[in-house]
Amino acid sequence: MKRNGPLSLLVHAAFVVFMLAPLLIVCVVAFTPEGFLSLPTRGPSLRWFRAILDYPEFLRAFRDSLWLAALSSTIAIAIAVPAALAIARHRFRGRDALTTLFMSPLMVPHVVLGIAFLRFFTQIGVSGTFVGLIASHVIVIFPFALRLVLASSFGIDQRIEHAAVSLGAEPATVFRRVTLPLILPGVVSGWLLAAINSFDEVTMTVFIASPSTITLPVRMFLYIQDNIDPLIAAVSACLIALTALLLFALDRLFGLDRLFVGAGKG
Amino acid sequence: MSAAAAPWRLAAPALALFLGLVVAPLVMTVMLSFYDWGQYKGIVPTFTLKNWIEIFTDSYFLEVFLRTFRIALIVTVATILIGVPEAYILNRMSPAWRSAFLLVVIGPLLVSVVARTLGWALLFGSTGLVNQGLVKIGLIAEPLPFMFTETGVVVALTQVLVPFMVLAVWAALQKLDPQVENAAMSLGASRPAVWRRVILPQIVPGILSGAVIVFSLAASAFASPAIIGGRRLKVAATLAYDEFLNTLNWPLGAAVAVLLLLSLVAVVVGSNRLIERRYAPVFQ
Repeated sequence: MKRNGPLSLLVHAAFVVFMLAPLLIVCVVAFTPEGFLSLPTRGPSLRWFRAILDYPEFLRAFRDSLWLAALSSTIAIAIAVPAALAIARHRFRGRDALTTLFMSPLMVPHVVLGIAFLRFFTQIGVSGTFVGLIASHVIVIFPFALRLVLASSFGIDQRIEHAAVSLGAEPATVFRRVTLPLILPGVVSGWLLAAINSFDEVTMTVFIASPSTITLPVRMFLYIQDNIDPLIAAVSACLIALTALLLFALDRLFGLDRLFVGAGKG
Repeated sequence: MSAAAAPWRLAAPALALFLGLVVAPLVMTVMLSFYDWGQYKGIVPTFTLKNWIEIFTDSYFLEVFLRTFRIALIVTVATILIGVPEAYILNRMSPAWRSAFLLVVIGPLLVSVVARTLGWALLFGSTGLVNQGLVKIGLIAEPLPFMFTETGVVVALTQVLVPFMVLAVWAALQKLDPQVENAAMSLGASRPAVWRRVILPQIVPGILSGAVIVFSLAASAFASPAIIGGRRLKVAATLAYDEFLNTLNWPLGAAVAVLLLLSLVAVVVGSNRLIERRYAPVFQ
């Protein structure tokens, strides 16, 4: 295979700039000492990061987002594991239809889902509650959880489980001691991908969030709609830094190409 | 317990959840689009085609939907033009460099789209830093129009969605046998000829599946068009949002959402059919 020539590397450099410039500018502007949007030409200042502490709504939204991501991805993975085993191991009528239904939140625009949930929750009287928020997030992130568990369940040698059964293990023991350890990589990466997607979701959540149950991205979106100032840049910079740390940890633990590129082959 | 029931027992929790929380709300939304609405009477559950007639006769809605799909199409083409070469370059890098730059591709995907769009607003807003800089140097007299323009929305969405194209094309490139490329070279084919006759035909399915993903995400994008486009430049998603949370005309908003869903399903299913028929041998 040939190496990349100078032209290729130039194209590549332009791509990297295009991808990172908007993120970098947010982080740079966040350090401005001025009261308005500007580059920190008079030296960096932490003034706007301290200002975040004066806006408890951002901190509260961040805390709620973390809880929401943790709870909804845990519920999603708990439901996705048996569903994935059903799809991976059995051939039955309606299998394709079932898979399509479970993957549908990827295809239905999140705006439409947001509207549908708003209408539904208003009708059954749970609009504006945290329970409603969790339920809607479970649906939206379910395809990610299912796809990764599916990918790891297809390759399992079922004779290992048969061996456990013939040695007298109960079905629950077989699942806990044999099946679960085998699909664990898919379960962990599926949970992570689901949690990240829940944390970042804004389009659907903006419809069903209420002042008492609001997520960080929605809070930021509503703030930007009113005005763009260094404060929101500082909040975004914190988010970007947090994501960078997470990304680094994920890459070390799992390898990003396995987590994301392999995910498409489910 | 029969063996035939086993998969259904396993899938039952998920199935119940989806019937209750996806199918039922969507059916209710479709019904809502046929309800009546008035400023003072609110939502009246009858059956009327009023909203649908309004959408199909008022040129405002036609304009918004045309803009939505125009933006989605341009973004799709832009991600192909940027993403295909980048995937090819990535694929030829040494494993160490590749995994480093994979972070650049995937990383932004994990950052909230709100923060990424904010970056574009900071760069190109009327008081944006690029504009201020260019004016200061004297390169331009007026700030480049970016906020509240289609160009701005297209640029921001392209950056947000191009990783999906890179990943799709890269997955296709990985299946390629590099020896075929070398064989073509050794038989005297020029670089462009190798690209056009050997590599491109093999990765077209990857490009097309990436294009379907990018198109449907761009057509239903909300946060980027809302922040860059503002209240003036509406797309279908921001229009539905306005009807629901500002005008409070839920039935009309529901009709806009249902139309967006139906047209996207038509585009995605249609192009998947086309891809499968045209490239069936590639997938076997």
